[in-house]
Amino acid sequence: MRRFWSILFLLVPILGVATFVAAPYYNIWFPKDVSEHGRTIDNLFMFILWLTGIVFVVTELTLFWFMWKYDERSTKRPVKFSHGSHALEIVWTILPAATLLFIAIYQMEAWASAKMLPPDLKPIVEVTGRQFNWDFRYPGPDQELYTEDDIVRTDGKLYLPVNEDVMLRITSLDVLHSFFLPNLRMKQDVVPGMEQSMWFKAKETGGYDIVCAELCGWGHYKMKGRVYFLPRDQYELKLEEMRLEQNTMRAELPEEEDE
Amino acid sequence: MSTVSTDTHSAAHGEHAHTSSFLKNYVFSLDHKIIGLQFLFSTLIWFFVGGMLALGIRWQLAFPWRPMPILGNLLATAEGGQIPPETYTMLVTMHATVMIFFVIIPILAGAFGNFLIPLMIGADDMAVPILNMASYWVMWPAFIAMGTSFFVEGGASQGGWTAYPPFALTQGDGQFLWLIGLTLVGISSMMGSVNYMTTIIQMRAPGMTMFRLPMTIWGMFITAILQAFALPVLTAAGFMQLMDLKMGTGFFIPEGWTTNNNPMASGGGQPLLWQHLFWFYSHPAVYIMILPAMGMVSDILSTFSRKPLFGYKPMVYSISGIAGLGFIVWGHHMFVSGMNPMLGMTFMVSTMMIALPSAIKTFNWLGTMWGGKIQYTTPMLFAISFVSMFIIGGLSGIFMAATPIDIFIHDTYYIVAHFHYVLFSGTAMAVFGGIYYWFPKMFGRMMNETWGKVHFTLTFVLLNCVFFPMHILGMTGFPRRLADPYHYETFRNLIPLNQFMSYCAFALVGVQIIFALNFFGSMFFGPRAGRNPWKSNGLEWQAPSPPGHGNFDFQPIIYRGPYEYGSPEVDEDYYPQTQPPPEADDETSKDE
Repeated sequence: MRRFWSILFLLVPILGVATFVAAPYYNIWFPKDVSEHGRTIDNLFMFILWLTGIVFVVTELTLFWFMWKYDERSTKRPVKFSHGSHALEIVWTILPAATLLFIAIYQMEAWASAKMLPPDLKPIVEVTGRQFNWDFRYPGPDQELYTEDDIVRTDGKLYLPVNEDVMLRITSLDVLHSFFLPNLRMKQDVVPGMEQSMWFKAKETGGYDIVCAELCGWGHYKMKGRVYFLPRDQYELKLEEMRLEQNTMRAELPEEEDE
Repeated sequence: MSTVSTDTHSAAHGEHAHTSSFLKNYVFSLDHKIIGLQFLFSTLIWFFVGGMLALGIRWQLAFPWRPMPILGNLLATAEGGQIPPETYTMLVTMHATVMIFFVIIPILAGAFGNFLIPLMIGADDMAVPILNMASYWVMWPAFIAMGTSFFVEGGASQGGWTAYPPFALTQGDGQFLWLIGLTLVGISSMMGSVNYMTTIIQMRAPGMTMFRLPMTIWGMFITAILQAFALPVLTAAGFMQLMDLKMGTGFFIPEGWTTNNNPMASGGGQPLLWQHLFWFYSHPAVYIMILPAMGMVSDILSTFSRKPLFGYKPMVYSISGIAGLGFIVWGHHMFVSGMNPMLGMTFMVSTMMIALPSAIKTFNWLGTMWGGKIQYTTPMLFAISFVSMFIIGGLSGIFMAATPIDIFIHDTYYIVAHFHYVLFSGTAMAVFGGIYYWFPKMFGRMMNETWGKVHFTLTFVLLNCVFFPMHILGMTGFPRRLADPYHYETFRNLIPLNQFMSYCAFALVGVQIIFALNFFGSMFFGPRAGRNPWKSNGLEWQAPSPPGHGNFDFQPIIYRGPYEYGSPEVDEDYYPQTQPPPEADDETSKDE
């Protein structure tokens, strides 16, 4: 039976690695990355995946080997009457400690640039989460939010210029939400009563999902939006089009946006 | 065996117990062993309930909006078995709540802690038996509060097990009962932990120094300390949320708050405050849910490797390190919560550092097996699987600790994979191992080994089929807690994988029937165990099986630690803690 049990545990590293190897072929992998910093995050992920993957395989193989070799029936000599090894303890304290500290320090720059060092830009749009929709308010021609010429959209479609640093201001009207852009590797919880900002630079045009990633009620699953990245000229046209559309249907605007 | 002669003693004890009334002995008992078993049975029943709730979740993820057969009629009566989104959120909330607060925490501290602490340290009972009884009886109002919350208007809480305000405050009576239940569980744990600390510090048998305590007791001791220091915060926070919910205060309600697009009473409070307070308890609680399991695994591994535990003191230091660091890492649950991102850096470093004690423990477990004579008993297989699975659960934690990666994987299935590997594949497997291991001590009979191994193999294979693919799902950005993730076209290609996982989940719950039958069958019909069926060193194995009132029929005197397997000093490969050393024999007789 020892063979059976050892091999059962040997399956863990084999199938574990196989899952990660096979997944991309079934197209179950990271969503397409269209942002400038997304590559950094993916690379950091892959770096840690390789590192932990090696530790995973080595430790699981060691476990398998010990199970295979040291089973009661095939081991004739007496057990190693050992209470531990000071030297080994020091080695396997310092090595992981150094590695973990390295990982932590190695991540700091990416974290700082994604969350701590905002570019000096005015918000290009204000995103408001409410049960269960994302509303968008564009500052309009005067570049100032909450003025006469704001464009307010409640259709869950966000238009942003491509190849430009953009700054988003995100708030919530009611409960916690989380503004998650899988294709831009960006996520920020939205807290009512607080203002958050998010910045990124998209590299490709097209429409991508906006997901709510913080439980916000029964309709959490359908709090879906789309973000469209357009070249600058098309983006301007789109804004103009939305502004005209809004001017013609001003009377039907929801009251809540009035200041 | 030198202990055979005293076995008749225990039989006499048992008969004596039968003469008193059933109620007094088994219901209103002050005996730590009975209280431990009361906890065990209660938590196993809740384990079943939690499992059923999980089935509802898995059904919805595999076959969204399709009527669920059999169970659907219970979970969603009005909809004819079709799970509506609010029921789905209720399921995820209550599955987590039940599993964490009614299963894992009470089964480790309540069931194993109560049963094992006095036996393993050589005490006749807990320091304050009446407090111990109260700690169990306080669980019942909690059970009733949570249980009835399913039937009140609006159903049980749908606010997530983390109960983040303001959303949790939009819930009705379900949330109210949830908070009451949580507070009562906290009171129970508090009474238990005060008792455990006192017992372990004050009531050890002669010769049982702190560094001769088994790892299980160290795990329980550190857990008790963590609970005693972290729980008051949760209880206070729970009361604050209760007041926000019912009494119009505004601790967690921001200014100008609206819900369902209607303005509500505003508070001027701060929703993030709850998250800080909640995780200040609930992160140490993660260790409350794993440290006793680690201790139990250490004991089982050493016993069945027939070899001393590798690096006992480093193990003790590392769990003490976890206890210290455990209080300064709570912010890693809040990297993207809107908390000052500067704090994210600090919490990242402390979180990375807390992975270190776990790594040390893993290496020491491998070291314990190295050069041993491994006996593949059922408890040993569960203990080895704990090590194997904990490696996965521990390593996947590093991804989340790295803040930039957490931006992407936070609130995705990557997190779900991680904590299920730690809590189910880790703690629950250790609990199974512990039950198989200490069952003879609890009931005086052995569990069936063959069926135990069948149960192990199926559970081990199926749990990996359910939880391992969740890592890959997380990498695609598949979010948690979505009643219908396929509302997003991008996730539609994940349906077949989710169906595979769900089939395995149904089977995983199904094979637990083997365990239930084995457990109850062995309780009545298993072969008699004797005092020390595993030839184990631990003090608890010197007591009769099951131990009578007062536990020991002799005064235990401890001569050594619990891990002296294969010692050259004796002929047998084990060396019980109470067996006097050969040369010290004369000395003790002189003393007497």
